[in-house]
Amino acid sequence: MTDEPQRHAVIEVADARVSFGAVKALDGVSVKIMPGECVGLVGHNGAGKSTIVNVINGGLTPHSGTISLSGTAAVRYGIGTARANGVRCVFQELSLCPNLTVIENTRIMHQTLTGWGWRRRAAAIIGAKLDEIFPGHGIDVASPVSHLSIAERQMVEIATAFSHVAQPVRLVILDEPTSSLDASLATQLLAYVRSFVAAGGSVILISHILGEILTTSDRIIVMKDGRVVAERPATEFDEHSLVAAMGSVVKGRDIAKTIKPTHGLQPLLTAAERRGKGLSFQAFSGEIIGLAGLGGHGQTDMLVDLYLSHTSNWMNGRAPRVTFVAGDRALNGVFPLWSILKNLSIAHLSGLSRRGGLLDDTGEAALGQSWKDRIEIRTPDVDNPILSLSGGNQQKVLFARALATPAPAVLMDDPMRGVDIGTKQEVYAILRDEAHKGRTFVWYSTEMDEVCLCDRVYVFNNGAIVAELKGEDVTEKNILAASFMGAAA
Amino acid sequence: MTRLASLVRRPWIWSFVAALTVWAATILFTGGASTVGLSQAALTFAAFSILVGIGQMFVITLGPGNIDLCVPATMTLAGTVALKFMNVDNSMILPGLIVAIGIGVAVGIGNYALIKLLQIPPIIATLSMSFIVQSTAIWTNRGLRIKPPEVLAKFTTETTAGIPNVAFVALVLSVLAFILLQKTVYGRWIAAIGQSIRAARMAGIPVDGTRFITYILCAVLAAICGYLLASFSGGAALNMGSEYLLMSIAVVVIGGTAVAGGDSNVPGIWGRRCSCSWSCRCSTPTAPAPEFGSS
Repeated sequence: MTDEPQRHAVIEVADARVSFGAVKALDGVSVKIMPGECVGLVGHNGAGKSTIVNVINGGLTPHSGTISLSGTAAVRYGIGTARANGVRCVFQELSLCPNLTVIENTRIMHQTLTGWGWRRRAAAIIGAKLDEIFPGHGIDVASPVSHLSIAERQMVEIATAFSHVAQPVRLVILDEPTSSLDASLATQLLAYVRSFVAAGGSVILISHILGEILTTSDRIIVMKDGRVVAERPATEFDEHSLVAAMGSVVKGRDIAKTIKPTHGLQPLLTAAERRGKGLSFQAFSGEIIGLAGLGGHGQTDMLVDLYLSHTSNWMNGRAPRVTFVAGDRALNGVFPLWSILKNLSIAHLSGLSRRGGLLDDTGEAALGQSWKDRIEIRTPDVDNPILSLSGGNQQKVLFARALATPAPAVLMDDPMRGVDIGTKQEVYAILRDEAHKGRTFVWYSTEMDEVCLCDRVYVFNNGAIVAELKGEDVTEKNILAASFMGAAA
Repeated sequence: MTRLASLVRRPWIWSFVAALTVWAATILFTGGASTVGLSQAALTFAAFSILVGIGQMFVITLGPGNIDLCVPATMTLAGTVALKFMNVDNSMILPGLIVAIGIGVAVGIGNYALIKLLQIPPIIATLSMSFIVQSTAIWTNRGLRIKPPEVLAKFTTETTAGIPNVAFVALVLSVLAFILLQKTVYGRWIAAIGQSIRAARMAGIPVDGTRFITYILCAVLAAICGYLLASFSGGAALNMGSEYLLMSIAVVVIGGTAVAGGDSNVPGIWGRRCSCSWSCRCSTPTAPAPEFGSS
């Protein structure tokens, strides 16, 4: 159907390049969306899906490349132009105002609803669209959004995007639309997507549930590392070939993994099944355990819960059982008013206090100096403020903070964000070394290469552990397959 | 030269500069007539504010929203009960101090219990606690005015080597507070909590325990201050703490402690409090006698 010459693409992005610092988010991506087709967009975290969506909806201007609408090149393409041409987007993170009613939120998205009686008209429009997409939804459009459940908010957001007010809707981008909907609502939505497409509209569907992508899309685009790596009609893919297309080539590892026999040993850390489903968690002495799966599927919550349940909020023993390396530095890592040294030593103060409770200044300085040399914190003086360091170097300080403690278990919440490759290799070596001495590491990482370094991996999906991989089974292919397995079930 | 430069960078230095300027200006206007009396009176009143200011500083360092509004009521109750307990008996001075400290501990526990168990913001929790404490003080006092034991009254009103005794007490406690803040694990902990309560928890700091101790510490310092002030002014009065609420906050903030928490400053309290006292004295230069004793 795409070869009719008189039909123009709804939108065509050619050779778009976007980079954030040294990271190439888009490295020459060309995407063409024809009227009356549903395009599935898949890829691992950080593949560039959100970036290309932002380029299409006008939120992000590519550093090079062209965008054309209906065959004519757009000069100054922005959010306004996109909306005027009927491009709508449903975001993964909900974008409704919780203090306003459904009707008022409709008015915000549709600026043309003005004049007397706009509430009545808005109520009619949004109500009709909700009935059309989700028959029997039971949402009162006059109630504030804060009174709605997450699924109901997602339904309102979807209905708002599909509502026809002034301009016709030509392209709707659905970014993980079914992540908070249950199976029956998801079926209703996907059926509506098909009827919308049949009526000549276009949809870009992003989902980590491959079954949805395969059944709903006409064409599937697979992205990886900021490039389009495969683009074929949906009928030519199956789940296996999609996963294979998404994965990167597994690099040869130089470190041989040791699978220690754990049978009969006393685990160092344990956690019950999350939310009463999936597998339980166990960590033994000297293991490096990876937490894998797609981002935001409960790995961080699990680490934080593990940490909080093994430390006290009222008393501090001299020997902590666990220590934590924060990934979100600003939220739960750095003390911004302090020097590098004070930030580094805070977790190990009990080991630095002399008799009488006074701090050992010389011991603290020595600790700071030794870690500065060991992981090369790039600063002339550890008494400089922590905020004088780059993000990657701040992360090194947090690493040193945790490793300086005698705690037998180290929990790491994606700690390598923004750390350069050289330091990463050094840290990996330190981890191996420490694990060899009997320390346990529980490591959540969004980078597949890092997860593949682990002895044992728990794969997460929707807040629960869905699979456990050991030793040689820890491969990118197996992890990806397990990440999607739970969602399909 | 570098030493001068590093001195200028310390936030507390400016409160001292201000204090000396006001003091010099006052001497200039009065022609040096009451230099000694003025300085002594100012130091005496400064000492009381410094005591409550130190406690408030520890609490404010805990971060945004942390404040102890129960300070005046604690002072009143501690002063009232301690004087009643001592009953003009010189041998009861030390037990009286212990009673005052005990009241401080009890008020501190009550404050944190309200904050933690009922999940009330500190500003409301300590304010509610202050009504309870003030009512208790009214109930125990019943308008009676019991005089302090003679030795204690003498100690609080007299000077040693020209410097008021209460100023020495404040100095000793300030030095202790300085050491506590700068040189101990506890000091690091409260500064860490003040900067980021979540980061502090994830760094292994027992956040609740530390905050609990801090609220107790503040109430105990207020109680000691109430004990000394009641003895100094010849008996406890129900409104004797009221002046000290705003003062305790003002000396902390103007002395260079970050209101947003995480950064505190003991020397600054002294400079700020002294400059305030000079200027108060300056407006009433003929009244070197303390107001509290005269009523």
